[in-house]
Amino acid sequence: MISGRTLAQGAWCESKMCDDFTKAASLCFLSEEDFKSLNLSGGMNVLIKSAYGRVVMVPRIDKGLPPGMIFMAMGPWANSLVGSDTGGCGTPQFKGIEVELETTDEPVMDIRSMFTNLGGAKT
Amino acid sequence: MNGQEMKTRTEEDVLCSFCGCLCDDLVVEIEGDNVKNVRHACRLGASKLMGHERIRTPMIRKNGKREEVSYQEAYDRAAHILVNAKRPLLYGWASTVCEAQKKGVLLTEMVGGILDSTATVCHGPSILGIEERGLSGATLGQIKNRADLIVFWGCNPAEADPKHGLRYSTNVWGFFTPEGRKGRNVLVVDVRQTRTAKNADKFIMITPGSDFEVLSALRMFVAGKGEFVPEKVGGVPRAELFEVADMMKAAKFGAFFFGLGITHSRGRAKNVGNALALIAELNAHTKFVVMPMRGHYNVAGIGQVAAWETGFPMSIDFSRGTAYFNPGETAACDVLSRGDTDAVMVIASDPASNFPRGIMENLAKVPVIQIDPYENPTTLLAEVVIPSAIAGVECEGTAYRMDGLALRMKKLVNSPYPSDEEILSGIIESVKKLRGTEAEANAPKEASA
Amino acid sequence: MIIRGGIVYDPANGIFGEEMDLCIDRGRIVEDAKGEEIDAHNLLVMAGGVDAHSHIAGAKVNTGRIMMPDDARLGLEPATAVCRPSTGYTVPNCYAIGYRYARLGYTTAFEAATPILESRHTHEELEEIPIIDKGALTLFGSNWEVMECVREKDLGKLAAYVSWGLRASKGYGVKIVNPGGGEAWGFGANVKGIYDPVPNFDVTPAEIMRSLAQVNESLRLPHSVHVHFNNLGKPGNYTTAIESLDLFKDIKPSQTRQVVHVAHMQFSTYGGTSWNDFKSEAPVIVDYFNKNHFCTMDIGQILFGSATTMTADAPLEYGNAHLLHAKWSNNDIELEESSGVVPLVYLRKNPVNAIQWAIGLELALLTKDPWKVILTTDHPNGSSFVNYPEVVSLLMSKVKRQEELSNIHELASKRTTLPGIEKEMDWCDIAIMTRAAPARILGLEDKGHLGVGADADVTVYDLKPDEMDPSIQHDLVKKSLATAKYTIKGGVLVSRDGEITATPEGRTFWVDASVPKEDEERMMEDLKEKFDRYYSIKLSNYMVQDAYIPNPVVIKAGALPVEEVAP
Repeated sequence: MISGRTLAQGAWCESKMCDDFTKAASLCFLSEEDFKSLNLSGGMNVLIKSAYGRVVMVPRIDKGLPPGMIFMAMGPWANSLVGSDTGGCGTPQFKGIEVELETTDEPVMDIRSMFTNLGGAKT
Repeated sequence: MNGQEMKTRTEEDVLCSFCGCLCDDLVVEIEGDNVKNVRHACRLGASKLMGHERIRTPMIRKNGKREEVSYQEAYDRAAHILVNAKRPLLYGWASTVCEAQKKGVLLTEMVGGILDSTATVCHGPSILGIEERGLSGATLGQIKNRADLIVFWGCNPAEADPKHGLRYSTNVWGFFTPEGRKGRNVLVVDVRQTRTAKNADKFIMITPGSDFEVLSALRMFVAGKGEFVPEKVGGVPRAELFEVADMMKAAKFGAFFFGLGITHSRGRAKNVGNALALIAELNAHTKFVVMPMRGHYNVAGIGQVAAWETGFPMSIDFSRGTAYFNPGETAACDVLSRGDTDAVMVIASDPASNFPRGIMENLAKVPVIQIDPYENPTTLLAEVVIPSAIAGVECEGTAYRMDGLALRMKKLVNSPYPSDEEILSGIIESVKKLRGTEAEANAPKEASA
Repeated sequence: MIIRGGIVYDPANGIFGEEMDLCIDRGRIVEDAKGEEIDAHNLLVMAGGVDAHSHIAGAKVNTGRIMMPDDARLGLEPATAVCRPSTGYTVPNCYAIGYRYARLGYTTAFEAATPILESRHTHEELEEIPIIDKGALTLFGSNWEVMECVREKDLGKLAAYVSWGLRASKGYGVKIVNPGGGEAWGFGANVKGIYDPVPNFDVTPAEIMRSLAQVNESLRLPHSVHVHFNNLGKPGNYTTAIESLDLFKDIKPSQTRQVVHVAHMQFSTYGGTSWNDFKSEAPVIVDYFNKNHFCTMDIGQILFGSATTMTADAPLEYGNAHLLHAKWSNNDIELEESSGVVPLVYLRKNPVNAIQWAIGLELALLTKDPWKVILTTDHPNGSSFVNYPEVVSLLMSKVKRQEELSNIHELASKRTTLPGIEKEMDWCDIAIMTRAAPARILGLEDKGHLGVGADADVTVYDLKPDEMDPSIQHDLVKKSLATAKYTIKGGVLVSRDGEITATPEGRTFWVDASVPKEDEERMMEDLKEKFDRYYSIKLSNYMVQDAYIPNPVVIKAGALPVEEVAP
């Protein structure tokens, strides 16, 4: 998994609470081969799991991707999969994380729900 | 205002406050105190200057509910949280101006906290690489006027710094580069074919996490020791790597731009060190410069301000009274993941969104003060929310471009919101009051035994 | 304020160790005053020190800080009631720079080189330096507009550009570093001598230096051109120094001062043909300065230990890094300059370093007129400025020099004349070299002396000049000069026995020179084209705005009277 910037994510990053940001940052991109191999029918999402967490995102094809790679915009959805370890340099490893994919009909979580029911009980 | 004409005017040569390109050719049409239209900006800049829904008043969470309060009450509450914390973290800083950043350093010293910027989830590893090797650089205009080879490694300016190619690198005309794009070679190295790669003369796709090895192979070729390079490195055949090394040596002036592909992948700071070493070694053959692609318009600025004020560019811990710098121990993600901070002030950034979720969950466990014009996920975690004016639109100040050039952001319109600088000054005053006397407020915090 | 009974050395006013009171009122030296009394009986009193060449603010200094956290970790000091925390040794943070100069008894320091495009940064840092008065010298020697005016032999337009460049950078004077070389470095090359044409621009360094000096005088700037010679640091470069100096011989100064000030002369006083036969040519250089009165120099003394080289001589820095396998930073500045930063260590047992160390001292001791040779370490290139007292003690004590010579590589004794130099400087010489001369060379009328009307910058050192022998008690000299008993800046006590007692804001000096309107208009046409086509920013965003200089002292200069001509 590689997480990084996209134009759409950047354009909406200062109004993160609105739908357009969710649409931009909950997208993930797969190679044509991988997308087809998942047998996704209309409206289905992908459930992505890493050693650090899980997240549901909306899949799309990006022909520039090699098979075995999933790309997603930086943000709360992508960060559900990123580990906290900084390897002694202070920066987490946001790119190059091993993930597993399966199809799901779970919806993408909205942004407010992503931040509720956390350990410290904030609204 | 029935029938009354709103005053309209046009401001030229406006600086954009989004990415590290810090373009200064925007033309902004203003009606009254509202930005009506922005010309010459890319999609990111236009979006920034046109503005969004924003937080209207300061708020404090009392008894689980958000209440609107005055600015002074918000300053007092923020000061209370910071002063009573043993090791507060003051984080963000990348999207505000230097005048505010300076206040931030002072506040951090006063409360014995840790000052860190968004660089530590971005180009922090580049700073570490520079500390090992130094950086052979140039201003963007030097590249515009001379570079006949542009390398983008692990970065995607087409989506992150959209006008970069038009103004500074690939498609621009200059004194020694009158042919523009035609007179240049563009080489892109990445793990996927990005939009930037589509404009390249040569695109090399490498295996994720193999930047260090590929850079080492190139260094071998540049040093004339290519016979030791294996058949394939990072998924790239030897012959192709040789071609790349040759392309670099044959350039009259090469410019190597790199981004988060290098700093976020396996190797991180070591990748950057290797890239910087490659560029230094290329200078034995030809002229070559290197530049990290900074993502925010003033993340370079907080690095500069912190360095001249404290001696260190980021991750500075004042809890012992003197400056202590040790990324891996004192960076924001480090202290949060270890639960080593008991209060966080977030300004001009959104760590809740941009930190790994596990770290964000720790952020949620401590009191959070947020200073920002806009609501974002960090706002959801915040106990104190203080809305600020938008720097570069509603207040002026200094920003540093990705190449280290300082420019002054303009104030375009009036607004009822205080600037970040004013807010931080307000919190500083509240801290002083809490501490009793001004002299006492400047003393180092007692380190716990 | 009254400073009572000090033994005052004020060479500019002919005072050489007289016991006298000094009176201060509203920031100036006055005839009579009342108020706070400082007891300086029998103690050494001089004007506040003036550092005419130091790298204390701007992009390359900060690059040094960023690339050297190891340096920041030296010199850690916590905050006090009055001070912010300090860090650093060769590249201290801004606050440390102010506090440490004050502790030394220095009250003015000038940044040696600021590139116009990046001067906003320089001033941001200068503003953060507390206590001292300051200014910055603006780089012009590899600048496209300068070179074009020189090529066209259009001194009127050049004067207009220099005047504009000083205003754009809020600079104080004309700095020239490895002229032409900064442009050649844009494609990785350098100029090899003063008659070597700059690639693509068809002008020579000699022409650049001469034209800028002529313009400097036509603009009646307070300071002369300030020059870092081509071929700096190379064995045999003393010939380049002499050749370059000759260029200025026939130019008439517009003020009572030198026509050219040579930066860190030590680095350009090298003989031999390689590092193997490297030797000092100080006697030749000194002979030139003894015979000619149009030039001055600062020594650029190296001291053993850590240093950070930082200079607009970018090819030199690449060379340093290559030679020493050191980390290296470089910054080319479009259309204007280039610069480099390389940390290094000067070693006693390194024959070249040992000879370099001796050369700086030779230059100071052999030059007959102390008004021509001022004390610097080209901070931090030769050593951190906190080590100035070490240099003073060496200049005042032959015994100390001999001790050092026996502890360093023997070539320092064989390839220089230092062992045979008997001269020991006295307090009068030191007051000239560290106060009176730097102020006069810079053209700062109210600095470096203690006459009525001067800025009330006064230092009292904790030693009794009439009761001690600096030749023997060199340790006491070094200790006392490292920590002034009292440092007074603008009439405010800022340091007492090393403790900073106040941190008033210093002022920034810059020069506003006027030129004929037609010249300015022709120059602006050139500039507009450059901004349209070649610069990466707009002309309207280029100049350093007033917001960056909250405490300015603007010195007027120029070819014309300052009043507006009625249309």
